[in-house]
Amino acid sequence: MRRIQLLVALIVLAGAEGALPAVAKPVQCRVPGFEAERIFPLPRVARAIEAKRLSILVIGNGSSLLPGPTGKDVSYPVRLQAALSKLLPGVVVTVATDVVPRRIAIDAAKAMPKALAATKPALVVWQTGTVDAMQSTDPDQFSRALEKGINIIRAAGADVIFINAQYSPRTESMIALGIYAENMRWIAMQHEVPLFDRFRLMQLWSDVGTFDLYSATKKLDMAEGVHDCIGQLLADLVLEAARMPGNK
Amino acid sequence: MATSLPQPLTERDLRLDLFRGIALWLIFLGHIPSNTVSWITIRNYGFSDATEIFVFISGYSAAFVYGRAMQSAGFVIAAARVLKRAWQIYVAHVFLFAIYLAEIAYVAKNFDNPLYTEEMGVLDFMKNPDVTILQALMLKFKPVNMDVLPLYIVLLIWFAPILWLLLRSPTLALLVSAAIYAVMWMFNLNLPGYPSGGWVFNPFAWQLLFVLGAWCALGGAQRLGRWLNSPVLIGCAVLYLVFAFLIALTWYIPRLAVYVPAFVGEAIYPIDKTNLDVLRILHFLSLAVITVYFVPRNWPRLKHPVFWPAIVCGQHSLEIFCLGVFLSFAGHFVFTEVSNRVLTHFVVSLAGIVIMVGAAALLSWYKRVERQPRPPSKQPGFAEGDVR
Repeated sequence: MRRIQLLVALIVLAGAEGALPAVAKPVQCRVPGFEAERIFPLPRVARAIEAKRLSILVIGNGSSLLPGPTGKDVSYPVRLQAALSKLLPGVVVTVATDVVPRRIAIDAAKAMPKALAATKPALVVWQTGTVDAMQSTDPDQFSRALEKGINIIRAAGADVIFINAQYSPRTESMIALGIYAENMRWIAMQHEVPLFDRFRLMQLWSDVGTFDLYSATKKLDMAEGVHDCIGQLLADLVLEAARMPGNK
Repeated sequence: MATSLPQPLTERDLRLDLFRGIALWLIFLGHIPSNTVSWITIRNYGFSDATEIFVFISGYSAAFVYGRAMQSAGFVIAAARVLKRAWQIYVAHVFLFAIYLAEIAYVAKNFDNPLYTEEMGVLDFMKNPDVTILQALMLKFKPVNMDVLPLYIVLLIWFAPILWLLLRSPTLALLVSAAIYAVMWMFNLNLPGYPSGGWVFNPFAWQLLFVLGAWCALGGAQRLGRWLNSPVLIGCAVLYLVFAFLIALTWYIPRLAVYVPAFVGEAIYPIDKTNLDVLRILHFLSLAVITVYFVPRNWPRLKHPVFWPAIVCGQHSLEIFCLGVFLSFAGHFVFTEVSNRVLTHFVVSLAGIVIMVGAAALLSWYKRVERQPRPPSKQPGFAEGDVR
C-alpha cells in the first residue's frame, strides 16, 4: 500500500516539477498534542534578547545535520536561526554548531568547554540520546553525562535545552531508546532544563500524516521539511521559555 | 533433617500456566514497536510488567519440576537436566538471532533516508558479521527485545546450587539471593554487554525474583498462607497499586506531573528496570497478592474453556515465547511495509495471539501423542518432563 502511495506521489511530483518552480508546499508543523510538558525559564536567553544579541550553540549528533553539500543550510540549526531572527526583529541571532556523528553524551560533555569558550553562547541546544542507545552505554553513565554537561554549560554562563532522539519507525525494533529517553526526561525535570520532545513530535507527525517517516528515499525533500519544522517549533519553545515570568 | 524437607506441591497449579500464558501475550504485544494494542499491557498502569510475571513463574515451575527430580534422583541428575534445559534455551536464542539478522539485512538493503543517517548506523555491525555473531553467541550482543532468554539461561545455570540449598534451608537460600541482589546494588555488578554497557536484564538483580518464585513453589507459599489472606496485606497491596497507577498516569498525561510532590519524584525516579528496582518488585508482589486472593488455587472456573487459550500457551512457555518474539518482528514488518493504521495494529495483534494459541495447541497434541503408552518400555521418569 505504502509503496503504491509513494509511487503515485512520485509520479504526480514528477509531472508537476516541470510546470512549477520548486516551492515546497506549506506544512502544518504544529500538531495537536505537542506541547512541552514542563517549560523552565531561560534567564540568560531573556537577558541576551534584551541586549539585542542572542548567540546559540547547537551540540549534537548526526540527526542535527543533514548530509550532502546543501545539507548544512537546510538543517534545523540554520532553520532555528532564521525562525528566531524573524520572531525577534532587531535582535542579532547567531547559531553555531558542534555536530559530531556517533558521539556519545559523555564525550560531548567532555568536548563542551572548548566549544563554549569559542562561541560564548547564551543558550546551548543539546541534542543527544540516540548514539548512547545504539551503543547501549550504561544508562547511569548516560544520566551522569547529562548532569555533567548541564553543569559545564551553566558554569560557562549559558542556559540549556535538550533535544531527544528522532522517531525512526524503520529502526525502532533495532534501537532501544526507551530507558535513555526516560533518563533524559527525568534529568531535564530535575535540573529544570526545557526538553524539546522531538521523538513525540515526529511520532505525532507520523500519525497525522504530516510527514511519511517510513519512506525510503534518497532525496532530501522530506528531511528538509522535518528540519524546517523542528527549527520553527524549537524557536517557539526558546521564546516561550525566555518570556516566562521566572526570568527576572 | 530428612523429615523436615519441604514438600513441593504435587499437582500442577493451573494458575501458573494461565498467568504465564497471559504474560507471554503481553510480552508479544509490547514487543511490536508503536503497537496501539500494547496500551492494554500492565506496564502502562504501574511499575512492573509482564517480565516480572514471566521470571517469577519460571522460577516457580523450575523448582516444581527440578525440585522433585533432585529429591528423587539426586543433585547430579537434576543439575544435568537443568543444564540441558539451559542449552535448549540457548539454541532457541541463537535461532531467534538468525531471524533477527535476516530482518536487519533486509532493512539495511532496502531503506535509505537522509533524515536517518545516524540511526542507520545501527546496521553497521553487518559490516563486521564475524565480531557481531561471535558476541551474540557469547550472549554479550543482544538485539532489542532479545534479552529475556539470555537472562533465563544464566538463571538456570545458577539454579542447581541454589535449588540444593532451597531444599535444605529455604530461608537461607532466600537470604543468599537477597544478599546477591543487595551486593549488586552496592557495587553496580552486571554482566558485560556489547558494544558497551551491561545486560538489559541484570541477572544479579533478576535472580531474586526467580529464586523467590522457586521458594514459593517449595513450600514458601504455604507458609505465607495465612499472611497472604490478611486484610492488612491486601489493603496495602491495593493502596500501592493505586499509587503506582497514579504515577503511571503522569507519564501519559504530562500535565498531571505537577501534582507529584518533588520529594516523591526524588524518591522514586528513576525506576530501574535493568536492576529490578524495589518499586517494581513491590508492584509485582502487590499484583500477586491480589491475584492469589481473587483466584484461589482450586477455583473451579480455571477449567472453563475461556481460560484455555492462555493456559495452553503458558504450558509451552519456551516455544511460545520464541514464537512471540518472531511474531513481533513479523508484526513490525507488516507495520512498516504494508500499513500502519490502527486497524492493522488490532488485526496483527489478534492474529499473533491466535497463532500462538494454535501453535501451543499443536504442541499439546504432539505431547499427548508421544506420551501414549508404548508397551515394551514404559519410562518410569518424571511425569512433568521439562519446564513447560
